[in-house]
Amino acid sequence: MAGLHKSDFANPVINWIDTRLPIFTMMQKEYGVFPTPKNFNYFWNFGALAMINLVIMIATGIFLAMNYTPHVSMAFDSVERIMRDVNYGWLLRYVHANGASMFFIVTYIHIFRGLYYGSYKAPRELLWMIGVVILLVMMATAFMGYVLPWGQMSYWGATVITNLFSAIPVVGEHVVTWLWGGFSVDNPTLNRFFSLHFLLPFVLVGVVFLHIAALHVTGSNNPLGIDVKSPQDTLPFHPYYTMKDSVGICVYLLVFAALVCFAPNLFMAAENYIPANPLVTPSEIVPEWYFLPFYAILRAVPSKLGGVLLMFGAIAVLFVLPWLDTSPVRSAKFRPIYRNLFWVLLIAVVTLGFVGAHRPEGIWVVLGRVATFYYFLHFLVILPVLGKLERPLPLPESISRPVTSGGGGPLPGGAAAKPMEKA
Amino acid sequence: MANSMPATADGQHGSDVTKRDFLKLVTGAGALVGAGALAWPLIDSMNPSADVLALSSTTVDLAPIQLGQAITVVWRGKPVFVRHRTPEEIKGAATVAQNTLADPALDSARVKKGAEQWLVVVGICTHLGCIPIGNKTTEARGDFGGWFCPCHGSQYDTSGRVRHGPAPANLAVPPYAFEGDTKIKIG
Ligand code: HEM
Ligand code: FES
Repeated sequence: MAGLHKSDFANPVINWIDTRLPIFTMMQKEYGVFPTPKNFNYFWNFGALAMINLVIMIATGIFLAMNYTPHVSMAFDSVERIMRDVNYGWLLRYVHANGASMFFIVTYIHIFRGLYYGSYKAPRELLWMIGVVILLVMMATAFMGYVLPWGQMSYWGATVITNLFSAIPVVGEHVVTWLWGGFSVDNPTLNRFFSLHFLLPFVLVGVVFLHIAALHVTGSNNPLGIDVKSPQDTLPFHPYYTMKDSVGICVYLLVFAALVCFAPNLFMAAENYIPANPLVTPSEIVPEWYFLPFYAILRAVPSKLGGVLLMFGAIAVLFVLPWLDTSPVRSAKFRPIYRNLFWVLLIAVVTLGFVGAHRPEGIWVVLGRVATFYYFLHFLVILPVLGKLERPLPLPESISRPVTSGGGGPLPGGAAAKPMEKA
Repeated sequence: MANSMPATADGQHGSDVTKRDFLKLVTGAGALVGAGALAWPLIDSMNPSADVLALSSTTVDLAPIQLGQAITVVWRGKPVFVRHRTPEEIKGAATVAQNTLADPALDSARVKKGAEQWLVVVGICTHLGCIPIGNKTTEARGDFGGWFCPCHGSQYDTSGRVRHGPAPANLAVPPYAFEGDTKIKIG
């Protein structure tokens, strides 16, 4: 029949649909037989985990929204009602609130995986940049969600973060008034944050789709960081990686469930169980843990505009990372110096996290400055220069050879390895 | 556009192509202007609404404010500090050398003439918007006797001027006027 897709599915119903809208063929191609490098380790689970997490956030969020009231005089009480009176409301809220933490844990591991194995390098630059967009949208979503329960931290967190925009020269104050819809964080602010908090996760779904679409053009990177050379280097996604992902999902759900059931308030500030009071600032304003490194960078310099620029700059460097790292070798496994500096960077970021949780006094100021300095040094100076100086270890000839020979190292024949060709 | 027209007309392209290019450009520009015009109501709807703007004045009775103390009143949803300054505080504020200030301003320009004991400032730290402490004499007022911001440590003097960072500017003085000796109207 002209104009219809030719479908190979035997089931007549599926076949009928597939000939008219070949979604089954597409799923089969992209998730069934999709050729995937056969040497993934468990770090390759975290993308799938992030997707599951997004689904969990949307599912719990929709049901929370059925009982939540976005009004300054009712928001706090409506959340308490969810916790006490709504059937399983406590579960919905604890899953949603801790889900945000799980989402960032998973995503940060996913990002550092990319940093270690050079997944941001050609030809996956755009894939990486879409990932950075996902991170930004996630941050905006989580920030606005945290405002909704309208506790003290909600209110003052919203005040401090929206005030960041007042650092913009000339128009800053107008931008902040516009964001607030008034002259302080108030009911109009809460209303629009609820609206946007509802919308952005669905925007995320769209951006994640682009992320996956780009991934399925270039194919996945792998722990060796070398290109797939032949079908021998790959396995069909199903059942091999559907199974491996399932194992990861079980472990992830165990951790998630343990958090929700045994320590649901671990990541929550006690201060946020006090209703918002616009006339009293809590003695200590600490953002959610996943923002702490950025908060530390914000406070690293004694200048308002400078701090704001550095904070946004910390993400901006990730955008241009594919061009900052000049080494053609992807995996840190074959980069003896980068392999160590990766850990130094990780330590710097974790240090920034601790600094962000403390008042900027004494040793914390010094640590914050040193770690901030190192963060930018790593991306802006070390990576561009290191790529030119470092002598990479010989790369294996193909993914299959070290795998089938049982060892991780290159075969003698691979010693004369050519540098990675640019795909 | 007026310039590019004749230039392309006697260029190498056929005149048909040029005309089509021109039409595409005009259509595109028209659509862009239209989209902008449609976007503006959406964007402006997020600005303060008429009812928010309407709530813009507050009257304060000064009589109950003890010497040396300050009270907080709410104006446009923001806290405003009204402080009854002691003679020493007024003198201290007036005699500071301007070149030691991060945001130079004379004390006389921040109070009303003849009512120097009353300082009225918006109680919002100009750094990132926390509310400084120091209204009560028992609270920490920082090294300059005014206010101290607990968030990132900014300090203000008895004229509400910033004396220690990270805040970049002085506490703002809202528009206000005396209505009799012991009453002011803010806004
Ligand atoms: C990217 C996905 C999402 C993230 C990272 C996220 C994050 C958050 C966070 C951190 C909170 C505050 C939790 C608390 O302390 O109570 C929250 C609250 C809330 N979220 Fe989400 N959220 C997401 C998706 C959604 C969606 C899709 C909806 C609705 C369709 C939603 C509706 C709500 C509601 C109604 C609240 C207030 C109730 C509460 O505080 O628990 N969220 N969200
Ligand atoms: S908000 Fe006052 S010092 Fe930062």
